[in-house]
Amino acid sequence: MEKETKKKKIKKEKETKKEITKEIKRETKKKETKEEVKIEKKKRQIVAPGEVIATGTQFLPGENTRREDKDILATRFGLLEKSEKLIKVIPLSGVYIPRVGNTVIGQVFDISFNGWMVNILAPSSAFLTLAECSGYINKNDLAEHYNFGDNIVTKIKSIKSKGIDLTMKERGLRKLEGGMIISINPTRVPRIIGRAGSMVNTIKGETGCSITVGQNGIIWIKGTSVEDELLAKKAIELITKKPFIEGLTNKIKEFLIKEKKK
Amino acid sequence: MTYKRPDKREYDEMRKIEAKVGIIKRADGSALFSFGNSKAIVAVYGPRKLYPQHLQNPQKCLLRCYYDLASFSVAERKRPGPSRRSTEISYVTANALKPVIDLEAFPGSVIDVYILIIQADASTRCAGINAASMALAHAGIPMKELVTSVSIGKIGDAIVADLAKEEEDYTIKKDGKEMKAATDIPFAFLSRSEKISLMQLDGKISYDDLKKAIKLARKTSKKIVEIQEQALKKVKEDKT
Amino acid sequence: METSNLTKKRIKELIKDDKRMDGRKLLEFRPISVELGISKKAEGSALVKVGDTEVMVGVKLDLKEPFPDTPENGALMVIAELWPLASEKFEMGPPDVQAIELARIIDRSIRESEFINLKKLCIKKGELVWAVNLDIYPLNDAGNLIDASAMATIAAIQTAVFPSIKGDKVKYGELTAKKLPLKNPPIVITFYKIDNKFIIDPTVEEEESSDLRITVAMTFDKAGTHIHALQKSGDEPLDEEEMLKVLDSALKEGKKLSEKISK
Repeated sequence: MEKETKKKKIKKEKETKKEITKEIKRETKKKETKEEVKIEKKKRQIVAPGEVIATGTQFLPGENTRREDKDILATRFGLLEKSEKLIKVIPLSGVYIPRVGNTVIGQVFDISFNGWMVNILAPSSAFLTLAECSGYINKNDLAEHYNFGDNIVTKIKSIKSKGIDLTMKERGLRKLEGGMIISINPTRVPRIIGRAGSMVNTIKGETGCSITVGQNGIIWIKGTSVEDELLAKKAIELITKKPFIEGLTNKIKEFLIKEKKK
Repeated sequence: MTYKRPDKREYDEMRKIEAKVGIIKRADGSALFSFGNSKAIVAVYGPRKLYPQHLQNPQKCLLRCYYDLASFSVAERKRPGPSRRSTEISYVTANALKPVIDLEAFPGSVIDVYILIIQADASTRCAGINAASMALAHAGIPMKELVTSVSIGKIGDAIVADLAKEEEDYTIKKDGKEMKAATDIPFAFLSRSEKISLMQLDGKISYDDLKKAIKLARKTSKKIVEIQEQALKKVKEDKT
Repeated sequence: METSNLTKKRIKELIKDDKRMDGRKLLEFRPISVELGISKKAEGSALVKVGDTEVMVGVKLDLKEPFPDTPENGALMVIAELWPLASEKFEMGPPDVQAIELARIIDRSIRESEFINLKKLCIKKGELVWAVNLDIYPLNDAGNLIDASAMATIAAIQTAVFPSIKGDKVKYGELTAKKLPLKNPPIVITFYKIDNKFIIDPTVEEEESSDLRITVAMTFDKAGTHIHALQKSGDEPLDEEEMLKVLDSALKEGKKLSEKISK
């Protein structure tokens, strides 16, 4: 009984949230460009869970916040971000939380009769079944296809209580050959990619490396020389350390040009 | 006779507090919290996969706490490994922290909280809970609010905040005998709703005095929340 | 996640050219720093950082009956606690072989170099001696725990002072100004073999790319160079020529390090 009412309550809450976000989308679209410039220039404020971040009805509670009577509270440690109507907290830390549709980089750590166990650094186990691979696979020797320790670019197909199901049936999903793997905090992934890929494209352009960024914070870098890869790695590490400074893309570009001259 | 505190503190005054997050790089979250000479360091790992599988709860995340004293944190060396005391403290600590964490967000997984006391001078479980709450927040775990802990004592006739070891061992002479005259009452409160998530008592106290103790605990824990929040805000954005 | 095979391959390629991922030379330590007196309850304590690796060591002194075979010697005990605080790879529970090996390497380095003069720790022959308890707690494992533990242990011992005693009981909390009877500290350096070359002070990725390591504990004095403890570990065997080469560079690097410390 109790559970049911709880479920209903959650559903209701979700629905209202949906409505709210819709409303906000409409509201914010108009002023998006103007708004973004403004936010970039504001000094960033870090908030703690339970902290009151707004009072009254001026704002709607966004991600990682909750409303309690008149107040809106942070429910996660991170950076406060306000738009005209919405207030939310951008996480600064935390492990990777898988979402359906995420492209991630994983590492094969076990092989069963019908697929592969893949470590994607998520809180539950991930499995790639034979049926989610394309092309011919010798069923008697799955290791021929993906072996222990192999790194693959894969996609999260579904998340169930038993675990995560992966797929390889899409363009770009593949086994990684050559290059190196680095790992960063997954909360930094949007910064590494940048607006419409601007950041990662800058690094690719300046270093000549191929780079694949998994949503789980695992990144693959391959260049014509190890030195190029290390330079790209250095740039990525620099971004993870100072993710919220102004004009970061240009600064990274300058850094890469300077380093190349050395 | 009015009780004078050995370190000349006011009754409602805590010892010097040091609070910091991000002290252990490899962990998903970490913090240090000290009350005077009681110093706790905490590392949080997770939510992560839980093995063996039979321990998994398909509906929610397991929160495991491990509290222990470093062998050199006390006067006489403590043998490494859990004791009955540390096992109990680990358990009540987990209970103190659970109400603020959204455990249903990560079914089947585990969050591990390791609390190591590197210097012990009473109130170590409180220092541990304060550090653990900060470390959980630092690990980016969704939390309704923080958890704040302080120990209140009744020494002689006085109700005082944040007992030191010397006070915990306070005795009076009665009928020519040395009698224990200190009561130790550790509390933990949820920072926003102000609910009590840990309460233990060790000694002898009247109902009215206990009410006074709770009042003092609430007052002091408000100061601790501020310190915890400040420490979190000072974090460097260099977690990779 | 275990270091990727792709990254391991890159580490090996670089080392072939005498290069490392972080730009260091093959035989170069990361920056080292020491913080003393981190626990007031210990008779001596230190926190050593080697790069991102951090190890905390505390010294506790107590009185006990000597071992029957050494009635005039103080006792020495070294324990390493690999608490899962320091790495997701460690587990709760009684010390495993990794913790025991680490403690025993440090034990031998301290004991055999006679860094602590155990003979001077006797209070009453056959009845009462000082026991020196050294407890090692890594706080963050970013590679090379052995050398970092040795440095932290030595630093903690050097700061340790005797507590007061009353009769045959220690009065804890009442410290004297008297330090432990010490000689030259041992220098402990561990060499990791990667792709036919040896490096020191590895990161975790480099450790995982290596399948053989050799720890050397040594002292230097007017009489010359002394080797006090050796430990070859890992799956791969090594030939004599290789071993002698390692020892040769160990002594060279050790000498450099000991001169640096005495400055």
